[in-house]
Amino acid sequence: MIRLPFVLLFSAFLFSAGVYGVLARRNAVMVLMAIELMLNAVNVNLVAFSSSLHDVGGQIFALFVIAVAAAEVGIGLAIVILLFRNRASINVDEVNLLKW
Amino acid sequence: MVAAVVTAIAAAEAETTGVATGAIQYAWVIALLPFIAAPLILFFGKRTPGQGAVFGIAALGAGFVMALAVLFHFVTGGGTYAPEGIEWFEIGPLHLEVGQYVDGLTAVMLVVVTAVSLAVHVYSLGYMHGDVRFTWFYVVLSLFTGAMLTVVIADNLLLLLVGWEIMGVCSYLLIGHWYEEHENSSAAIKAFITTRIGDVPFLFGIFALIFATGFTTTNIAEIGESIAGPEASSALVTAAALLLFGGAIGKSAQFPLHVWLPDAMAGPTPVSALIHAATMVAAGVYLVGRMFEVFVHADPFVLTIVSVIAAITTLGAAFLALVQDDIKRVLAYSTLSQLAYMVAGLSLGPEGVTAGFFHLFTHAFFKALLFLGAGSLIHAVHSNNMSDMGGLKDEMPVTFWTFLIGSAALAGVFPLAGFWSKDELLVGAWEHNQWLFFVLLAVAVMTAFYMTRCVLLTFFGRYVGEGHPHESPPVMTGPLVGLAGASVVVGFLGAPQLGAVFGDWVYFEHPHDADFVFWVAVVGTLAAAAGILGGYRLYRERRERDPLMAFPRAWNVLQHRYYIDDAYMRGIVYPIRDRASAGVNWTNQHVLDGAVNGAAWVTRGLATFISWIDRTFVDGVVNAVGGLTGATGGLLKYLQTGNVQWYAVLLFAGVVVLTIVFVQIA
Repeated sequence: MIRLPFVLLFSAFLFSAGVYGVLARRNAVMVLMAIELMLNAVNVNLVAFSSSLHDVGGQIFALFVIAVAAAEVGIGLAIVILLFRNRASINVDEVNLLKW
Repeated sequence: MVAAVVTAIAAAEAETTGVATGAIQYAWVIALLPFIAAPLILFFGKRTPGQGAVFGIAALGAGFVMALAVLFHFVTGGGTYAPEGIEWFEIGPLHLEVGQYVDGLTAVMLVVVTAVSLAVHVYSLGYMHGDVRFTWFYVVLSLFTGAMLTVVIADNLLLLLVGWEIMGVCSYLLIGHWYEEHENSSAAIKAFITTRIGDVPFLFGIFALIFATGFTTTNIAEIGESIAGPEASSALVTAAALLLFGGAIGKSAQFPLHVWLPDAMAGPTPVSALIHAATMVAAGVYLVGRMFEVFVHADPFVLTIVSVIAAITTLGAAFLALVQDDIKRVLAYSTLSQLAYMVAGLSLGPEGVTAGFFHLFTHAFFKALLFLGAGSLIHAVHSNNMSDMGGLKDEMPVTFWTFLIGSAALAGVFPLAGFWSKDELLVGAWEHNQWLFFVLLAVAVMTAFYMTRCVLLTFFGRYVGEGHPHESPPVMTGPLVGLAGASVVVGFLGAPQLGAVFGDWVYFEHPHDADFVFWVAVVGTLAAAAGILGGYRLYRERRERDPLMAFPRAWNVLQHRYYIDDAYMRGIVYPIRDRASAGVNWTNQHVLDGAVNGAAWVTRGLATFISWIDRTFVDGVVNAVGGLTGATGGLLKYLQTGNVQWYAVLLFAGVVVLTIVFVQIA
């Protein structure tokens, strides 16, 4: 049985990697993937606390998060495809029309 | 004798059925019905068959039946019905209640007004057929009838005044019914203004009476009790009596306010019959009778003044009736004369009240009949002038016979209605005021004379007008026959030999027993006969020149109505029109307009000042707020870079800051 603090450290690392990806990557697909990393870090936390507190609710919640993430990726990829069709690029730095 | 039997039978019936007792409680409905009919005609008249006349006729028919039921209450010996009124409003100690006061006089007047009005409503179907304002005519006719019934039934002076004024307006509207002709609208204005001059003293008379009751009531019965009391000021009561009589002078067209009535003949003839012969002009007489308590308690010289005015009017008008060519004017002056006859009766004091009102009662029927008959003639020959008529007795037999009955009744031929009422007045005058007796006798001779002249000029001799006159349609002759029947029989109600039941209904203080003085009846009949014979001798053959032109000076004076109208025009109307109106105009142009313009100038200056404040300060604040907001926005907008990742950085930074803050607080 792995002890809780190790799992939490792992999920924190995973979340930080996701934040870095979202803020630093230029490729829109990579940004989406980084968002998935952050969601999965949350899932790990949920399952870890569920196991440690003997409450199955956290695992059920994790299942819902996975389902929502799938839907989110579906929409996100559709946006990326439309972006590419219009701009022939998926560099998020170039998508800055909505400004002052 | 008959009356005693009738009373006995009816009293027995009243005990068992109580019909009359029931009807009298609802006497006010009689006055209400025409007021309901008037708006119905106005709003739905043109869409109903018969153009709305049916509403008026139905209301009057129902009213007539109810009025008979109310009169039946008095026939059966019932007493005055005067319930508590409904609270109208109160000013300090003055409580105003509206209600009904039904005594014998009211009941008789209700019957007269509804009967004559019904006859006129039916008659107008024929006379006004095809008129441009047929529906409107019926609206005003109904309104007028309702107002007259209100006057009759009112238990307080203020309600009476309301009805009185509505009548004045209706009279004005109907005289000017054909207002396209200037002459007619002038006559309407003349009538309105002249009666209004009488209304002013009437109003002040009401004030005086309210004052006499200590400012507590306008109820007629309570006023009567109050001024009969010991603390009433006799000077105030005398003033009130004179002022009230001023109102009666205006409405009943007595000298010196008589000038409007002959001109009022400009209206349609049915209107002349209803308003200017049978009912409205009787309102002044009615007022004096209703308020007789005031006249009794006033200084005796008031009744002397009343008798003098009555004598002047009755004689003066009778002379004028002698020389008229317009048939309606003959009847109009005759009406003046006969109204003064009634006033003369009232001037005899309490004993004359019954006689005066009996004459009002009979006169209403035969004078309405004569006017409607004249209308029938005018309808046939399209002219008011007797010089365009003549020889009509064969063409228009119904009109002829009914007109003849009416004329005979007016002349006082035994045993028609006019004989009985005139006889009672003559008897009263002989007993109480002998000089008045001779005046009334002279007028009786002249009345018979001018009616004979009128009948001979219109129905006998050779027709000199244009076209071929025809008898009027049955809707016109029907009312004539009905009124002729009434003119024959109503006199017997006051016949002393038959018990004089009229005196049991209409009296002052205690029931009046008519005296029958044989020699007075003979003298009265001789007077009528003398007038008729004189008229017959002079007008038996038609002549180019009126035989009375043999007295050119008198003829001229009479043709100019004693120059009274001219004097009023020169003395009152022209000065007001030429000088006073110029002064009023100057005041209007300079003083009133100056005030208005000054007010406008001040308002404009103020508005300019306020506008400056508005633009400078209020707008300044608003603009400053707007500018500040714009500048701030201009600076803050650079945060919106359009770079999604930049937003995400800010978001995370915010989360981190918030987390640190929460942790620190915890």
